[in-house]
Amino acid sequence: MRPLRPLHALLLLIALLAAPTFAQAQLYQVPGPSSPTTREQVPLYVPQDDKVIGRVSIPDEKLAVLVQPEGREWREFRTHTLRLVIGGLAIAVTVILVAFYLYRGTIRIHDGLSGRLVLRFNGLDRFAHWTTAVSFLLMALTGVVLTYGRPLLIPLLGHQAFTTLAETSKSIHNFVSVPFVVGLLMIIALWLRDNIPEKADWTWIKSAGGLFSKAGGHHPEAGRFNAGQKGVFWGVVLGGMAMAATGYLMMVPFAVSGIGGMQILHVIHGLMAALLIAVVIGHIYIGTIGMEGAFDAMGSGEVDENWAIEHHRRWYKEQLRKGYVEDRQPAE
Amino acid sequence: MARMKFLCDSERCIECNACVTACKNEHEVPWGINRRRLVTLNDGKPGERSISMACMHCNDPPCAAVCPVDCFLQTADGVVLHSKDLCIGCGYCFYACPFGAPQYPRTTDFGSRGKMDKCTFCAGGPEPDGSVEEYQKYGANRLAEGKLPLCAEMCSTRALMAGDGAVLADIYQERSLRRGYGSGAPGWSTAYGRNDRGSPFAPGGPATGGG
Repeated sequence: MRPLRPLHALLLLIALLAAPTFAQAQLYQVPGPSSPTTREQVPLYVPQDDKVIGRVSIPDEKLAVLVQPEGREWREFRTHTLRLVIGGLAIAVTVILVAFYLYRGTIRIHDGLSGRLVLRFNGLDRFAHWTTAVSFLLMALTGVVLTYGRPLLIPLLGHQAFTTLAETSKSIHNFVSVPFVVGLLMIIALWLRDNIPEKADWTWIKSAGGLFSKAGGHHPEAGRFNAGQKGVFWGVVLGGMAMAATGYLMMVPFAVSGIGGMQILHVIHGLMAALLIAVVIGHIYIGTIGMEGAFDAMGSGEVDENWAIEHHRRWYKEQLRKGYVEDRQPAE
Repeated sequence: MARMKFLCDSERCIECNACVTACKNEHEVPWGINRRRLVTLNDGKPGERSISMACMHCNDPPCAAVCPVDCFLQTADGVVLHSKDLCIGCGYCFYACPFGAPQYPRTTDFGSRGKMDKCTFCAGGPEPDGSVEEYQKYGANRLAEGKLPLCAEMCSTRALMAGDGAVLADIYQERSLRRGYGSGAPGWSTAYGRNDRGSPFAPGGPATGGG
């Protein structure tokens, strides 16, 4: 065995030296049969359709994304789709309401004003409603300034003035989100139990709430809230929650997600905003010029007895039974 | 007229970070902001490559298209600059940028962003060339002094190159032909694959895109 030792060592040495060379040939690019033979064959523009993620030695880990072609789709959404959806929906709803107003006019109280008042929303109810409403309107307005300002307001105001407006809008949008969420939580606490869907809602939906029966007076019976109002409630509560969640996540950028997540958050926030703005336009219409006596519910908090009987008979009867309302007329 | 571009030859980059350091030093870039960074692909694996990345000064810049206040401009050399007087720090340009170039100073503990900062191709900003205001907001304006970006000038292996796009392409193709291989100019199809706008733009100009 002894004389073989140097040979062993030599073989081992050869193996050790040869192995990396062999491996290197596979790991590194070397000139070969596929090498370019002219300048034109050297690729310059290599199509890039997928995200390229590597490693960075700096603390900002989101910068490890080298190329993100998804930004292109987000750009398309931000510059075109979002503007079309928000504006399109808002204009469509407005057009429908104008047509409806021309067809139906203000929905009158069939039996006229009785002059007797029933408390519909107390101070707390109204505080919750108006806190949410005012913050929503402020956020919708400031959001629209940031979305449409560049094509619509910069030509009017100039760049410097619009920057001031946009910066103020951004701050208002962020700060007012807090009262919005407070109002939203109050609304849930106060009105959730009256907004649980029930069988009677189906009747209301089938007759479209009597909105198209010009004769008036014949409403499907409804409790404190009818199916339409319940729709607004759930739209505002669920939509508002989605807006708040996505909005706060955008205020702490990259706290929970990478670049792709931030783009998705913005898309959800924008589409939800479009939907809520459209719903709220309808809500404002029916609460003001659309229906006689409806605004008083959230204005003074007291509605006319005849309005209550016509629109929320079951709720009115409950108020009677509980003794909140003085029974002055013979029961039907 | 030159069309300024960056080209990082990933076959040559040795991840020394000299470009990153040079950039930080030349422009007094604050902590937490990386106008240029090194990204290593397939780290520790066969085929590892490092690429030095900053704003590529795209032909059709997505940042300029999505900006709500229209604060971007492009010089006659194709360098994409922005006005910190107009920027509101909304962060949209980062969502749109394919290369992660826009950076934001952190202004509060809640992550709210200050005015955007990015690679200027060492060409300062909209302020008068070489002015104190320009230096304070955007850093040095080497281009106005007839010099190229320091990151590329500094590169010891000549992996990172900056200058007229046609010249860079020429050097890269000559180089790749001689050594027998090349995997393409990183980011070029994304940044320069789209048609040029044809004319430089300024805030309010018709060519800024995004409407």
